Amino acid sequence: MNTTVYVPRDSGALAAGADRVARRIADEAAKRGVAITLVRNGSRGLFWLEPLVEVNTPQGRIAYGPVTVGDVGSLFDAAFHTGGEHALRLGPTDDIPYLKKQERLTFARMGVTDPLSLPDYIAHEGFAGLKRALTLQPAQIVQEVLDSGLRGRGGAAFPAGIKWKTVLATPAEQKYIVCNADEGDSGTFSDRMTMEGDPYMLIEGMTIAGIATGATKGFIYVRSEYPHAIAALNEAIRRAESEGYLGRNLLGSTHHFSLEVRKAAGSYVCGEETALLESLEGKRGIVRAKPPVPALVGLFGQPTVINNVITLATVPLIVARGASFYKDYGMGRSRGTLPIQLAGNIKYGGLVEKAFGVTLRELLYDYGGGTASGRPVKAVQVGGPLGAYLPESQWDVPLDYEAYAALGAVVGHGGIVVHDDTADLSQLARYAMEFCAIESCGKCTPCRIGSTRGVEVIDKITANQNRPIPLQQEVQLLRDLCDTMVNGSLCAMGGMTPYPVLSALNHYPQDFGIAAPANKAA
Amino acid sequence: MTAATSAEHIALVRGVLARRGHEQGGLLPILHEVQDALGHIPADVVPEIASVLNLSRAEVHGVITYYHHFRATPAAGKVVQICRAESCKAMGADALLAHAQQHLGCAVHGHSADGAFTLEPVYCLGLCAQSPAIMLGDELHACVSPQRFDELIAEARSTP
Repeated sequence: MNTTVYVPRDSGALAAGADRVARRIADEAAKRGVAITLVRNGSRGLFWLEPLVEVNTPQGRIAYGPVTVGDVGSLFDAAFHTGGEHALRLGPTDDIPYLKKQERLTFARMGVTDPLSLPDYIAHEGFAGLKRALTLQPAQIVQEVLDSGLRGRGGAAFPAGIKWKTVLATPAEQKYIVCNADEGDSGTFSDRMTMEGDPYMLIEGMTIAGIATGATKGFIYVRSEYPHAIAALNEAIRRAESEGYLGRNLLGSTHHFSLEVRKAAGSYVCGEETALLESLEGKRGIVRAKPPVPALVGLFGQPTVINNVITLATVPLIVARGASFYKDYGMGRSRGTLPIQLAGNIKYGGLVEKAFGVTLRELLYDYGGGTASGRPVKAVQVGGPLGAYLPESQWDVPLDYEAYAALGAVVGHGGIVVHDDTADLSQLARYAMEFCAIESCGKCTPCRIGSTRGVEVIDKITANQNRPIPLQQEVQLLRDLCDTMVNGSLCAMGGMTPYPVLSALNHYPQDFGIAAPANKAA
Repeated sequence: MTAATSAEHIALVRGVLARRGHEQGGLLPILHEVQDALGHIPADVVPEIASVLNLSRAEVHGVITYYHHFRATPAAGKVVQICRAESCKAMGADALLAHAQQHLGCAVHGHSADGAFTLEPVYCLGLCAQSPAIMLGDELHACVSPQRFDELIAEARSTP
């Protein structure tokens, strides 16, 4: 019998040696005369198990991992291609608790399908959203997205439907759909997984956005640090064009939509939507003042929908199954699910898609299993480099845009970076300022100069910890500086760098030498 | 730089411009193609790009120098990128970077004495569940300890 063997092609699997494992499996199968079909699927997102090899059996897919080149011989000895017993056998993939407890809507196909196979995509509900969209009026599609409650998954959480509605209502010769795939936040990789592991989902989402708003041209702006995502998208676009899912007269309709991948060039601030548009126009990625918003005056001065990868990738499901299906997940004004990324010092790092409302404590322990180092968790940064550090007292707050805002924190793009008790939060605060100084586009003063002054003030504070009076003045100076950056910066780069800095200062003052015992200060 | 290589650069850039010079906002794709072909963007091609795209040389220079990815001089040997971002920091990236500097005998943005490696920082490779991560040439590596780093460098030296 010809068995299908899956070895992921996701960057996370490749970085753990998946290509070599795949080659060895093919060689060993040939040598032993075992007929297999090797499929390079996306990743399930259980990265501590990568490379996670799966085989198709009559009992469903059985997982083995993490598989090294050295394990391949013994896997064949154990007849793993028929689901045989082996030390690395994890049982049916879908029964692995980490996966089983998730609510995978956007990531339903992730790791299941061959990312570049159109038949595989279609067999798993692919293009159902596009087909339904072609039967609707543009305003009906926009209403569906509005009703779903979908908010921008890039971090700003602005309702996606409002942007679409504005672009639809703005007449223009040419409108654009731009996908922000400049996923620069440390601790995040859900965009990368989507582009590498389910690229047609993003293509379909952008195409629906085009039909809904009257845009006929789309750009995907991808980080240069993601070569595999760029390659997967380019190949997926080529195949989609050849089958009529992109290009002129989509699926025989009167709609046209074409897509182009543009490679970024290593500037973090280009993840800010207006800087991204400048970069797409071939300029330095300098932030634009708003208004006008991109929905009115966007790329090349035209009305432009600019959304994050996950936002656009969630649209096909919403249109296929209806807004209420999606809206039934979540809490408050945070509807649907969020692909959360567990990263940093964590035992079981990976992708956890859950409805809004899950707590950090559940994510850290029920999924993450605590730290990789085995030491206590000290601080958790949620929402990327511009997100706050959360101490244990805040880990029971439900993950919800408004609940986090009330803490002075952000959900952002759903990245969660765990630090154990060896972390020095004053140094992480300093790093936040240093990173801002490196990446600031330079247009506004609070960000450009404030970040450098911030590094200097933090250095003075940590150097001065035995002298209480100047220390208090320096701390006040740092707070004033943060206040200026929050209120005076043009975009989130300068405006949110104070989030990690102030949360570190407020929750971990001892790391700055502030709560030092009186006798130490004498 | 000799006149011959300069002429070769310009010939290559003219080819790229002939194909892509008409694209809207095409400067970044053009610069990427030039760098992919030459390993850097030599100063002598800037006037050519500027004149075809109807930009000033200052504008083209401004774009090249704004983006971290573009290099005005070629990298020596293979580029080793070590992630410095928070997730990797939580798993010892600072110590790994210090180790790499010592092992390669160079500072960040510098190159090893034998010219086989250029050391660069990178801010996130998207492998945050498997920190610390590095990119060696065009290969990604996850969960890189200092010891693993030495092995990877040794492997890279033996396979040109």
